[in-house]
Amino acid sequence: MTLLRLIDLEVRYGAIRALQDVNVDVSEGEIVALLGANGAGKTTTLRTISGLARPVKGSVQFAGREIHRLPPHEVVGLGIGHAPEGRRIFPQMSVLENLEMGAYRRRGDLHQDTERVYSLFPVLKQRRRQDGGTLSGGEQQMLAIGRALMSAPRLLLLDEPSMGLAPLVVETIFSIISEIRKTGTTILLVEQNAAQALALADRAYVLENGRVVMADKARTLLNNERVRAAYLGEGAA
Amino acid sequence: MCVSCFTQNFWNLLVLGLADGFLYALIAIGYTLVYGVLQLINFAHSEVFMSGGFAGYFILNAVIGTSSPGGVVSVGLVVLGIAGGAMAGGGVAFLLERVAYRPLRRRHAPRLAFLISAIGASFFLYNMAGKEFGRDAVEIPAPFTSGPVFSVFGAPVTTYYLVIAISAITMLIFLDRVVAGSKLGKGIRAVAQDAETASLMGVNIDRVISQTFVLGGLLGGAAGFLFGLNTGVVYTMGFTPALKAFTAAVLGGIGNIRGAMLGGLLLGVVENFGAGLFGTQWRDVVSFGILVLVLLVRPTGLLGERLGRSA
Ligand SMILES: Nc1ncnc2c1ncn2[C@@H]1O[C@H](COP(=O)(O)OP(=O)(O)O)[C@@H](O)[C@H]1O
Ligand SMILES: [Mg+2]
Repeated sequence: MTLLRLIDLEVRYGAIRALQDVNVDVSEGEIVALLGANGAGKTTTLRTISGLARPVKGSVQFAGREIHRLPPHEVVGLGIGHAPEGRRIFPQMSVLENLEMGAYRRRGDLHQDTERVYSLFPVLKQRRRQDGGTLSGGEQQMLAIGRALMSAPRLLLLDEPSMGLAPLVVETIFSIISEIRKTGTTILLVEQNAAQALALADRAYVLENGRVVMADKARTLLNNERVRAAYLGEGAA
Repeated sequence: MCVSCFTQNFWNLLVLGLADGFLYALIAIGYTLVYGVLQLINFAHSEVFMSGGFAGYFILNAVIGTSSPGGVVSVGLVVLGIAGGAMAGGGVAFLLERVAYRPLRRRHAPRLAFLISAIGASFFLYNMAGKEFGRDAVEIPAPFTSGPVFSVFGAPVTTYYLVIAISAITMLIFLDRVVAGSKLGKGIRAVAQDAETASLMGVNIDRVISQTFVLGGLLGGAAGFLFGLNTGVVYTMGFTPALKAFTAAVLGGIGNIRGAMLGGLLLGVVENFGAGLFGTQWRDVVSFGILVLVLLVRPTGLLGERLGRSA
Protein backbone atom coordinates (compact mmCIF):
# COMPACT_ATOMS: atom_id res chain seq x y z
CA MET A 1 0.00 0.00 0.00
CA THR A 2 1.26 3.47 -0.83
CA LEU A 3 1.72 5.45 2.35
CA LEU A 4 3.17 8.66 0.94
CA ARG A 5 2.76 10.08 -2.51
CA LEU A 6 4.27 13.30 -3.84
CA ILE A 7 2.58 14.35 -7.04
CA ASP A 8 4.04 16.91 -9.47
CA LEU A 9 5.44 18.96 -6.62
CA GLU A 10 6.77 22.40 -7.31
CA VAL A 11 8.23 24.44 -4.47
CA ARG A 12 9.77 27.88 -4.68
CA TYR A 13 11.74 30.20 -2.43
CA GLY A 14 10.89 33.51 -4.00
CA ALA A 15 12.36 33.37 -7.47
CA ILE A 16 14.34 30.19 -6.79
CA ARG A 17 12.60 27.04 -7.89
CA ALA A 18 13.76 24.41 -5.41
CA LEU A 19 11.57 21.54 -6.64
CA GLN A 20 9.92 20.89 -9.96
CA ASP A 21 7.69 18.03 -11.12
CA VAL A 22 8.74 15.87 -8.23
CA ASN A 23 6.93 12.55 -8.04
CA VAL A 24 7.80 10.16 -5.24
CA ASP A 25 6.00 7.13 -3.84
CA VAL A 26 6.74 5.43 -0.56
CA SER A 27 5.00 2.19 0.32
CA GLU A 28 4.22 1.01 3.81
CA GLY A 29 7.21 -0.76 5.36
CA GLU A 30 9.80 0.46 2.87
CA ILE A 31 13.00 2.38 3.33
CA VAL A 32 13.25 4.81 0.45
CA ALA A 33 16.37 6.89 -0.03
CA LEU A 34 16.42 10.37 -1.52
CA LEU A 35 19.87 11.12 -2.89
CA GLY A 36 21.44 14.13 -4.47
CA ALA A 37 24.19 16.69 -4.19
CA ASN A 38 24.11 19.73 -1.96
CA GLY A 39 21.27 22.03 -3.02
CA ALA A 40 19.46 19.37 -5.04
CA GLY A 41 16.23 19.86 -3.11
CA LYS A 42 16.27 16.95 -0.64
CA THR A 43 15.63 19.00 2.47
CA THR A 44 12.97 21.01 0.70
CA THR A 45 11.18 17.77 -0.15
CA LEU A 46 11.07 16.70 3.48
CA ARG A 47 10.07 20.18 4.63
CA THR A 48 7.20 20.17 2.17
CA ILE A 49 5.98 16.82 3.47
CA SER A 50 6.04 18.16 7.02
CA GLY A 51 4.24 21.37 6.11
CA LEU A 52 7.19 23.70 6.68
CA ALA A 53 7.24 24.60 2.99
CA ARG A 54 4.18 25.05 0.80
CA PRO A 55 4.08 23.75 -2.76
CA VAL A 56 2.93 26.18 -5.44
CA LYS A 57 1.88 23.19 -7.53
CA GLY A 58 1.16 19.53 -6.98
CA SER A 59 0.16 17.72 -3.85
CA VAL A 60 1.33 15.61 -0.94
CA GLN A 61 -0.82 12.63 -0.04
CA PHE A 62 -0.35 10.65 3.12
CA ALA A 63 -2.41 7.54 3.81
CA GLY A 64 -4.77 8.60 1.07
CA ARG A 65 -5.26 12.10 2.42
CA GLU A 66 -4.10 15.43 1.02
CA ILE A 67 -1.87 17.07 3.61
CA HIS A 68 0.05 19.85 1.89
CA ARG A 69 -2.17 22.59 3.25
CA LEU A 70 -1.89 21.46 6.85
CA PRO A 71 0.36 23.29 9.32
CA PRO A 72 3.37 21.29 10.61
CA HIS A 73 1.91 20.72 14.06
CA GLU A 74 -1.00 18.86 12.50
CA VAL A 75 1.10 16.85 10.09
CA VAL A 76 3.05 15.25 12.93
CA GLY A 77 -0.24 14.28 14.52
CA LEU A 78 -1.13 12.24 11.42
CA GLY A 79 1.91 10.05 11.94
CA ILE A 80 4.88 11.72 10.24
CA GLY A 81 7.95 12.08 12.43
CA HIS A 82 10.76 14.31 11.16
CA ALA A 83 14.39 14.29 12.31
CA PRO A 84 15.46 17.51 10.60
CA GLU A 85 18.70 18.48 8.93
CA GLY A 86 21.25 19.63 11.47
CA ARG A 87 19.46 17.65 14.23
CA ARG A 88 17.89 20.75 15.81
CA ILE A 89 17.95 19.48 19.37
CA PHE A 90 16.48 21.86 21.95
CA PRO A 91 19.82 22.78 23.49
CA GLN A 92 18.56 23.86 26.89
CA MET A 93 16.18 21.03 27.48
CA SER A 94 17.29 17.77 28.98
CA VAL A 95 17.48 14.64 26.83
CA LEU A 96 14.29 13.40 28.47
CA GLU A 97 12.51 16.70 27.84
CA ASN A 98 13.61 16.59 24.21
CA LEU A 99 12.06 13.15 23.94
CA GLU A 100 8.89 14.37 25.61
CA MET A 101 8.73 17.19 23.07
CA GLY A 102 8.58 14.55 20.36
CA ALA A 103 5.39 13.25 21.94
CA TYR A 104 3.92 16.72 22.39
CA ARG A 105 0.61 15.88 20.75
CA ARG A 106 0.18 12.57 22.48
CA ARG A 107 -1.58 11.95 25.73
CA GLY A 108 -1.14 9.35 28.39
CA ASP A 109 1.81 7.39 29.66
CA LEU A 110 4.96 7.68 27.58
CA HIS A 111 7.05 5.34 29.67
CA GLN A 112 7.03 2.51 27.13
CA ASP A 113 7.92 4.85 24.32
CA THR A 114 10.87 6.36 26.15
CA GLU A 115 12.07 2.89 27.14
CA ARG A 116 11.88 1.82 23.52
CA VAL A 117 14.02 4.78 22.46
CA TYR A 118 16.46 4.05 25.29
CA SER A 119 16.74 0.45 24.16
CA LEU A 120 17.58 1.60 20.64
CA PHE A 121 19.99 4.25 21.94
CA PRO A 122 21.26 3.18 25.39
CA VAL A 123 23.53 6.22 25.60
CA LEU A 124 20.47 8.48 25.73
CA LYS A 125 19.34 6.80 28.91
CA GLN A 126 22.67 7.54 30.58
CA ARG A 127 22.41 11.13 29.47
CA ARG A 128 18.71 11.63 30.10
CA ARG A 129 19.16 14.45 32.61
CA GLN A 130 21.85 16.20 30.62
CA ASP A 131 21.02 19.22 28.45
CA GLY A 132 20.63 18.38 24.77
CA GLY A 133 23.18 21.04 23.88
CA THR A 134 25.92 19.24 25.78
CA LEU A 135 25.70 16.02 23.74
CA SER A 136 28.18 15.03 21.06
CA GLY A 137 27.12 15.22 17.41
CA GLY A 138 26.40 11.51 17.23
CA GLU A 139 24.39 11.54 20.44
CA GLN A 140 22.43 14.54 19.18
CA GLN A 141 21.60 12.66 16.01
CA MET A 142 20.41 9.71 18.06
CA LEU A 143 18.31 12.07 20.14
CA ALA A 144 16.85 13.66 17.01
CA ILE A 145 15.82 10.24 15.70
CA GLY A 146 14.56 9.13 19.11
CA ARG A 147 12.58 12.34 19.47
CA ALA A 148 10.95 11.81 16.08
CA LEU A 149 10.07 8.23 17.11
CA MET A 150 8.31 9.55 20.22
CA SER A 151 5.47 10.78 18.02
CA ALA A 152 4.80 7.10 17.19
CA PRO A 153 5.12 7.83 13.48
CA ARG A 154 4.00 5.61 10.63
CA LEU A 155 6.49 7.44 8.44
CA LEU A 156 9.86 8.62 9.64
CA LEU A 157 11.66 11.37 7.72
CA LEU A 158 15.42 11.42 8.28
CA ASP A 159 17.42 14.32 6.85
CA GLU A 160 21.11 13.44 6.48
CA PRO A 161 21.53 11.51 9.72
CA SER A 162 25.19 10.84 8.86
CA MET A 163 26.13 14.48 8.35
CA GLY A 164 29.37 15.41 10.07
CA LEU A 165 29.70 12.15 12.00
CA ALA A 166 32.64 9.79 12.32
CA PRO A 167 32.38 6.61 10.20
CA LEU A 168 31.90 4.37 13.22
CA VAL A 169 29.02 6.49 14.50
CA VAL A 170 27.46 6.54 11.05
CA GLU A 171 27.60 2.74 11.05
CA THR A 172 25.77 2.60 14.38
CA ILE A 173 23.10 4.99 13.24
CA PHE A 174 22.49 3.16 9.98
CA SER A 175 22.17 -0.16 11.77
CA ILE A 176 19.63 1.39 14.14
CA ILE A 177 17.68 2.75 11.18
CA SER A 178 17.30 -0.78 9.89
CA GLU A 179 16.22 -1.86 13.40
CA ILE A 180 13.53 0.79 13.31
CA ARG A 181 12.26 -0.44 9.97
CA LYS A 182 11.92 -3.95 11.40
CA THR A 183 9.36 -2.61 13.84
CA GLY A 184 7.16 -1.61 10.94
CA THR A 185 8.01 2.08 10.60
CA THR A 186 8.30 3.31 7.03
CA ILE A 187 11.34 5.48 6.38
CA LEU A 188 12.19 8.19 3.88
CA LEU A 189 15.92 8.73 4.20
CA VAL A 190 17.70 11.75 2.76
CA GLU A 191 21.42 11.26 2.29
CA GLN A 192 24.49 12.54 0.53
CA ASN A 193 26.25 9.41 1.71
CA ALA A 194 24.86 7.44 -1.23
CA ALA A 195 26.78 4.19 -0.76
CA GLN A 196 25.52 3.58 2.73
CA ALA A 197 22.02 4.79 1.99
CA LEU A 198 21.71 2.51 -1.04
CA ALA A 199 22.98 -0.45 0.99
CA LEU A 200 20.15 0.09 3.43
CA ALA A 201 17.27 1.24 1.24
CA ASP A 202 14.81 -0.77 -0.83
CA ARG A 203 14.42 1.92 -3.45
CA ALA A 204 15.91 5.31 -4.12
CA TYR A 205 15.30 8.54 -6.00
CA VAL A 206 18.05 10.78 -7.25
CA LEU A 207 17.42 14.52 -7.29
CA GLU A 208 19.31 17.00 -9.41
CA ASN A 209 18.47 20.70 -9.42
CA GLY A 210 15.07 20.05 -7.96
CA ARG A 211 14.07 17.29 -10.38
CA VAL A 212 13.96 13.55 -10.01
CA VAL A 213 16.47 12.26 -12.53
CA MET A 214 16.52 8.61 -11.50
CA ALA A 215 14.25 6.31 -9.57
CA ASP A 216 14.85 2.62 -9.11
CA LYS A 217 15.56 -0.27 -6.81
CA ALA A 218 18.50 0.53 -4.57
CA ARG A 219 20.45 -2.48 -5.83
CA THR A 220 20.02 -1.42 -9.43
CA LEU A 221 21.18 2.11 -8.67
CA LEU A 222 24.24 0.81 -6.83
CA ASN A 223 25.33 -0.72 -10.11
CA ASN A 224 24.36 2.22 -12.26
CA GLU A 225 27.34 3.83 -14.00
CA ARG A 226 26.09 7.36 -13.64
CA VAL A 227 25.25 6.94 -9.97
CA ARG A 228 28.60 5.37 -9.29
CA ALA A 229 30.36 8.26 -10.98
CA ALA A 230 28.39 11.08 -9.48
CA TYR A 231 27.53 9.86 -6.01
CA LEU A 232 29.77 6.96 -5.10
CA GLY A 233 33.00 8.80 -5.72
CA GLU A 234 34.25 6.63 -8.56
CA GLY A 235 36.10 8.22 -11.47
CA ALA A 236 34.34 9.87 -14.40
CA ALA A 237 31.70 7.79 -16.17
CA MET B 1 24.65 62.31 49.68
CA CYS B 2 23.57 61.35 53.18
CA VAL B 3 25.15 58.16 54.43
CA SER B 4 23.55 58.36 57.85
CA CYS B 5 20.07 58.73 56.30
CA PHE B 6 20.81 55.50 54.51
CA THR B 7 22.24 53.52 57.42
CA GLN B 8 19.53 54.66 59.82
CA ASN B 9 16.86 53.71 57.36
CA PHE B 10 18.44 50.58 56.02
CA TRP B 11 15.72 48.13 57.08
CA ASN B 12 12.94 50.49 56.10
CA LEU B 13 14.46 50.93 52.68
CA LEU B 14 14.91 47.20 52.33
CA VAL B 15 11.26 46.49 53.12
CA LEU B 16 10.12 49.21 50.74
CA GLY B 17 12.53 47.98 48.10
CA LEU B 18 11.35 44.40 48.29
CA ALA B 19 7.72 45.48 48.02
CA ASP B 20 8.51 47.52 44.91
CA GLY B 21 10.72 44.72 43.70
CA PHE B 22 7.98 42.11 43.86
CA LEU B 23 5.79 44.31 41.68
CA TYR B 24 8.61 44.89 39.20
CA ALA B 25 9.22 41.15 39.11
CA LEU B 26 5.57 40.41 38.31
CA ILE B 27 5.58 42.92 35.46
CA ALA B 28 9.03 41.95 34.23
CA ILE B 29 7.90 38.35 33.68
CA GLY B 30 5.57 39.60 30.96
CA TYR B 31 8.39 41.27 29.05
CA THR B 32 10.69 38.34 29.38
CA LEU B 33 8.16 35.68 28.39
CA VAL B 34 7.12 37.53 25.26
CA TYR B 35 10.71 38.30 24.40
CA GLY B 36 11.52 34.63 24.79
CA VAL B 37 9.05 33.43 22.19
CA LEU B 38 9.06 36.41 19.80
CA GLN B 39 12.31 38.33 20.40
CA LEU B 40 10.04 41.32 20.73
CA ILE B 41 9.71 43.90 23.50
CA ASN B 42 6.02 44.33 24.12
CA PHE B 43 6.09 48.04 24.87
CA ALA B 44 2.33 48.01 25.36
CA HIS B 45 2.78 45.88 28.47
CA SER B 46 2.44 49.08 30.52
CA GLU B 47 -1.20 49.17 29.45
CA VAL B 48 -1.72 45.56 30.46
CA PHE B 49 -0.62 46.68 33.90
CA MET B 50 -2.88 49.73 33.81
CA SER B 51 -5.91 47.64 32.81
CA GLY B 52 -5.37 45.48 35.89
CA GLY B 53 -5.44 48.61 38.06
CA PHE B 54 -8.72 49.77 36.58
CA ALA B 55 -10.32 46.33 36.75
CA GLY B 56 -9.44 46.14 40.45
CA TYR B 57 -10.83 49.63 40.96
CA PHE B 58 -14.18 48.91 39.30
CA ILE B 59 -14.62 45.55 40.96
CA LEU B 60 -13.79 46.70 44.47
CA ASN B 61 -15.84 49.85 44.00
CA ALA B 62 -18.86 47.74 43.13
CA VAL B 63 -18.33 45.26 45.93
CA ILE B 64 -17.07 47.40 48.79
CA GLY B 65 -18.86 50.70 48.28
CA THR B 66 -18.38 52.68 51.47
CA SER B 67 -18.03 49.85 53.96
CA SER B 68 -14.73 49.11 55.66
CA PRO B 69 -14.17 45.40 55.45
CA GLY B 70 -11.94 43.31 57.69
CA GLY B 71 -10.97 39.76 58.53
CA VAL B 72 -11.82 37.00 56.10
CA VAL B 73 -13.77 39.42 53.93
CA SER B 74 -10.58 41.40 53.35
CA VAL B 75 -8.76 38.31 52.21
CA GLY B 76 -11.60 37.52 49.83
CA LEU B 77 -11.57 41.06 48.46
CA VAL B 78 -7.82 41.01 47.86
CA VAL B 79 -8.14 37.70 46.02
CA LEU B 80 -11.03 39.14 44.03
CA GLY B 81 -9.06 42.25 43.13
CA ILE B 82 -6.04 40.23 42.08
CA ALA B 83 -8.17 37.84 40.05
CA GLY B 84 -9.98 40.74 38.37
CA GLY B 85 -6.74 42.57 37.63
CA ALA B 86 -5.17 39.39 36.32
CA MET B 87 -8.10 38.63 34.05
CA ALA B 88 -8.16 42.14 32.65
CA GLY B 89 -4.40 42.01 32.11
CA GLY B 90 -4.61 38.60 30.47
CA GLY B 91 -7.45 39.78 28.26
CA VAL B 92 -5.70 42.96 27.14
CA ALA B 93 -2.49 41.04 26.47
CA PHE B 94 -4.43 38.49 24.43
CA LEU B 95 -6.05 41.22 22.34
CA LEU B 96 -2.76 43.04 21.90
CA GLU B 97 -1.18 39.97 20.41
CA ARG B 98 -4.12 39.38 18.12
CA VAL B 99 -4.55 42.93 16.92
CA ALA B 100 -1.11 44.55 17.11
CA TYR B 101 1.34 41.71 16.51
CA ARG B 102 -0.14 38.67 14.83
CA PRO B 103 -1.08 40.44 11.59
CA LEU B 104 2.50 41.70 11.35
CA ARG B 105 3.85 38.22 11.95
CA ARG B 106 1.68 36.84 9.19
CA ARG B 107 3.23 39.37 6.82
CA HIS B 108 6.78 38.79 8.03
CA ALA B 109 7.00 42.47 8.84
CA PRO B 110 10.39 43.90 9.83
CA ARG B 111 11.26 44.34 13.50
CA LEU B 112 10.72 48.08 13.45
CA ALA B 113 7.08 47.57 12.46
CA PHE B 114 6.48 45.59 15.65
CA LEU B 115 8.03 48.30 17.76
CA ILE B 116 5.88 50.99 16.16
CA SER B 117 2.80 48.85 16.47
CA ALA B 118 3.59 48.33 20.17
CA ILE B 119 3.98 52.03 20.81
CA GLY B 120 0.83 52.76 18.82
CA ALA B 121 -1.18 50.22 20.76
CA SER B 122 0.15 51.64 24.02
CA PHE B 123 -0.87 55.21 23.09
CA PHE B 124 -4.25 54.01 21.93
CA LEU B 125 -4.95 52.06 25.10
CA TYR B 126 -3.92 54.63 27.66
CA ASN B 127 -5.60 57.49 25.87
CA MET B 128 -8.72 55.38 25.55
CA ALA B 129 -8.59 54.73 29.28
CA GLY B 130 -8.07 58.43 29.95
CA LYS B 131 -11.07 59.33 27.83
CA GLU B 132 -13.35 56.65 29.25
CA PHE B 133 -12.31 56.66 32.90
CA GLY B 134 -11.29 60.28 33.39
CA ARG B 135 -7.94 62.02 33.60
CA ASP B 136 -7.67 62.17 37.37
CA ALA B 137 -6.38 59.44 39.59
CA VAL B 138 -9.01 57.53 41.52
CA GLU B 139 -8.54 55.51 44.66
CA ILE B 140 -9.32 51.85 44.93
CA PRO B 141 -11.57 51.40 47.99
CA ALA B 142 -9.44 49.76 50.64
CA PRO B 143 -10.11 46.03 50.96
CA PHE B 144 -8.31 46.05 54.31
CA THR B 145 -7.03 48.55 56.83
CA SER B 146 -3.31 48.66 56.41
CA GLY B 147 -1.14 48.98 59.47
CA PRO B 148 2.10 47.59 60.80
CA VAL B 149 1.86 43.84 61.36
CA PHE B 150 5.34 43.26 62.68
CA SER B 151 8.70 44.90 62.32
CA VAL B 152 12.15 43.85 61.25
CA PHE B 153 14.89 45.70 63.15
CA GLY B 154 12.50 48.54 63.76
CA ALA B 155 11.21 48.74 60.19
CA PRO B 156 7.43 48.24 60.17
CA VAL B 157 6.06 45.67 57.74
CA THR B 158 2.53 46.75 56.91
CA THR B 159 -0.46 44.70 55.84
CA TYR B 160 -0.05 46.13 52.36
CA TYR B 161 3.55 44.95 52.05
CA LEU B 162 2.57 41.52 53.32
CA VAL B 163 -0.23 41.29 50.78
CA ILE B 164 2.20 42.17 48.00
CA ALA B 165 4.83 39.71 49.17
CA ILE B 166 2.48 36.79 49.71
CA SER B 167 0.54 37.22 46.50
CA ALA B 168 3.64 37.90 44.41
CA ILE B 169 5.52 34.91 45.79
CA THR B 170 2.49 32.70 45.15
CA MET B 171 2.18 33.89 41.56
CA LEU B 172 5.89 33.67 40.86
CA ILE B 173 6.09 30.11 42.14
CA PHE B 174 3.01 29.22 40.10
CA LEU B 175 4.57 30.73 36.98
CA ASP B 176 7.87 28.99 37.63
CA ARG B 177 6.12 25.61 37.93
CA VAL B 178 4.03 26.20 34.82
CA VAL B 179 7.08 26.99 32.73
CA ALA B 180 9.15 24.14 34.15
CA GLY B 181 6.62 21.36 34.18
CA SER B 182 3.44 21.92 32.20
CA LYS B 183 2.81 21.15 28.58
CA LEU B 184 2.33 24.86 27.92
CA GLY B 185 5.61 25.62 29.67
CA LYS B 186 7.47 23.10 27.57
CA GLY B 187 5.84 24.51 24.47
CA ILE B 188 6.93 28.02 25.46
CA ARG B 189 10.51 26.92 26.05
CA ALA B 190 10.61 24.92 22.83
CA VAL B 191 9.32 27.86 20.79
CA ALA B 192 11.87 30.11 22.49
CA GLN B 193 14.73 27.78 21.63
CA ASP B 194 13.72 26.77 18.11
CA ALA B 195 10.24 27.68 16.93
CA GLU B 196 10.36 25.77 13.66
CA THR B 197 11.47 22.56 15.30
CA ALA B 198 8.84 23.06 17.99
CA SER B 199 6.21 23.08 15.26
CA LEU B 200 7.64 19.83 13.88
CA MET B 201 7.07 18.33 17.32
CA GLY B 202 3.41 19.29 17.17
CA VAL B 203 3.50 22.63 18.96
CA ASN B 204 0.98 25.08 17.58
CA ILE B 205 3.23 28.15 17.60
CA ASP B 206 0.43 30.69 17.27
CA ARG B 207 -1.40 29.17 20.18
CA VAL B 208 1.70 29.08 22.37
CA ILE B 209 2.47 32.71 21.56
CA SER B 210 -1.06 33.70 22.43
CA GLN B 211 -0.93 31.80 25.71
CA THR B 212 2.44 33.33 26.51
CA PHE B 213 0.96 36.81 26.21
CA VAL B 214 -1.93 35.79 28.44
CA LEU B 215 0.37 34.29 31.06
CA GLY B 216 2.45 37.47 31.20
CA GLY B 217 -0.73 39.53 31.13
CA LEU B 218 -2.17 37.72 34.14
CA LEU B 219 0.82 38.64 36.28
CA GLY B 220 1.07 42.16 34.87
CA GLY B 221 -2.62 42.83 35.50
CA ALA B 222 -2.43 41.49 39.05
CA ALA B 223 0.56 43.75 39.65
CA GLY B 224 -1.47 46.70 38.35
CA PHE B 225 -4.11 46.06 40.97
CA LEU B 226 -1.59 45.63 43.79
CA PHE B 227 0.20 48.81 42.73
CA GLY B 228 -3.07 50.73 42.43
CA LEU B 229 -4.09 49.79 45.97
CA ASN B 230 -1.41 52.10 47.27
CA THR B 231 -1.07 54.85 44.68
CA GLY B 232 -4.51 54.97 43.12
CA VAL B 233 -5.36 54.30 39.51
CA VAL B 234 -4.93 56.61 36.54
CA TYR B 235 -4.59 56.12 32.80
CA THR B 236 -0.88 56.96 32.79
CA MET B 237 -0.02 54.73 35.75
CA GLY B 238 1.69 52.08 33.63
CA PHE B 239 4.42 54.18 32.16
CA THR B 240 7.06 54.38 34.88
CA PRO B 241 6.59 51.04 36.65
CA ALA B 242 6.54 49.18 33.34
CA LEU B 243 9.66 50.90 32.09
CA LYS B 244 11.37 49.97 35.33
CA ALA B 245 10.15 46.41 35.08
CA PHE B 246 11.59 46.33 31.60
CA THR B 247 14.85 47.51 33.14
CA ALA B 248 14.55 44.69 35.65
CA ALA B 249 14.02 42.16 32.87
CA VAL B 250 17.12 43.39 31.07
CA LEU B 251 19.02 43.43 34.35
CA GLY B 252 18.22 39.77 34.96
CA GLY B 253 18.77 38.79 31.34
CA ILE B 254 15.85 39.35 28.99
CA GLY B 255 14.22 36.05 28.12
CA ASN B 256 15.27 34.50 31.40
CA ILE B 257 12.37 34.03 33.81
CA ARG B 258 14.27 33.65 37.05
CA GLY B 259 16.41 36.51 35.85
CA ALA B 260 13.31 38.71 35.64
CA MET B 261 12.36 37.80 39.19
CA LEU B 262 15.85 38.46 40.50
CA GLY B 263 16.18 41.64 38.43
CA GLY B 264 12.87 42.95 39.74
CA LEU B 265 13.76 42.43 43.38
CA LEU B 266 17.25 43.79 42.90
CA LEU B 267 16.03 46.90 41.11
CA GLY B 268 13.39 47.60 43.75
CA VAL B 269 15.94 47.35 46.53
CA VAL B 270 18.69 49.25 44.79
CA GLU B 271 16.52 52.16 43.76
CA ASN B 272 15.21 52.54 47.30
CA PHE B 273 18.74 52.40 48.61
CA GLY B 274 19.63 55.02 46.04
CA ALA B 275 16.72 57.17 47.17
CA GLY B 276 17.84 56.78 50.79
CA LEU B 277 21.40 57.69 49.96
CA PHE B 278 20.92 60.55 47.51
CA GLY B 279 17.35 61.67 48.21
CA THR B 280 14.04 60.55 46.72
CA GLN B 281 14.41 62.69 43.63
CA TRP B 282 17.33 60.44 42.61
CA ARG B 283 15.26 57.28 42.61
CA ASP B 284 14.58 57.02 38.89
CA VAL B 285 18.05 58.26 38.03
CA VAL B 286 19.42 55.32 39.96
CA SER B 287 17.18 52.74 38.23
CA PHE B 288 17.89 53.94 34.74
CA GLY B 289 21.54 54.51 35.53
CA ILE B 290 21.62 50.83 36.41
CA LEU B 291 20.02 49.94 33.10
CA VAL B 292 22.67 51.81 31.16
CA LEU B 293 25.46 50.33 33.29
CA VAL B 294 24.21 46.78 32.87
CA LEU B 295 23.90 47.22 29.15
CA LEU B 296 27.45 48.53 28.97
CA VAL B 297 29.07 45.95 31.21
CA ARG B 298 26.98 42.86 30.71
CA PRO B 299 24.58 43.22 27.78
CA THR B 300 23.02 39.79 28.37
CA GLY B 301 22.09 40.67 31.96
CA LEU B 302 22.96 38.95 35.20
CA LEU B 303 21.67 35.48 34.37
CA GLY B 304 22.08 35.67 30.62
CA GLU B 305 19.63 35.69 27.79
CA ARG B 306 17.60 32.54 27.32
CA LEU B 307 14.18 31.24 28.13
CA GLY B 308 15.62 27.79 27.73
CA ARG B 309 16.19 26.75 31.32
CA SER B 310 13.46 24.76 32.95
CA ALA B 311 12.43 27.90 34.74
N1 LIG C 1 15.20 29.23 2.95
C1 LIG C 1 15.64 29.27 1.67
N2 LIG C 1 15.60 30.42 0.95
C2 LIG C 1 16.03 30.46 -0.31
N3 LIG C 1 16.50 29.42 -0.98
C3 LIG C 1 16.57 28.24 -0.35
C4 LIG C 1 16.15 28.10 1.01
N4 LIG C 1 16.33 26.83 1.38
C5 LIG C 1 16.83 26.19 0.32
N5 LIG C 1 16.99 27.04 -0.73
C6 LIG C 1 17.48 26.69 -2.06
O1 LIG C 1 16.68 25.63 -2.55
C7 LIG C 1 17.48 24.67 -3.19
C8 LIG C 1 17.29 23.32 -2.55
O2 LIG C 1 17.82 23.35 -1.26
P1 LIG C 1 17.71 22.13 -0.25
O3 LIG C 1 16.35 21.57 -0.31
O4 LIG C 1 18.19 22.60 1.07
O5 LIG C 1 18.75 21.10 -0.88
P2 LIG C 1 19.48 19.87 -0.26
O6 LIG C 1 18.82 19.49 1.02
O7 LIG C 1 19.36 18.81 -1.29
O8 LIG C 1 20.91 20.26 -0.03
C9 LIG C 1 18.90 25.19 -3.15
O9 LIG C 1 19.15 25.87 -4.35
C10 LIG C 1 18.89 26.14 -2.00
O10 LIG C 1 19.84 27.15 -2.17
MG1 LIG D 1 19.68 19.38 2.91
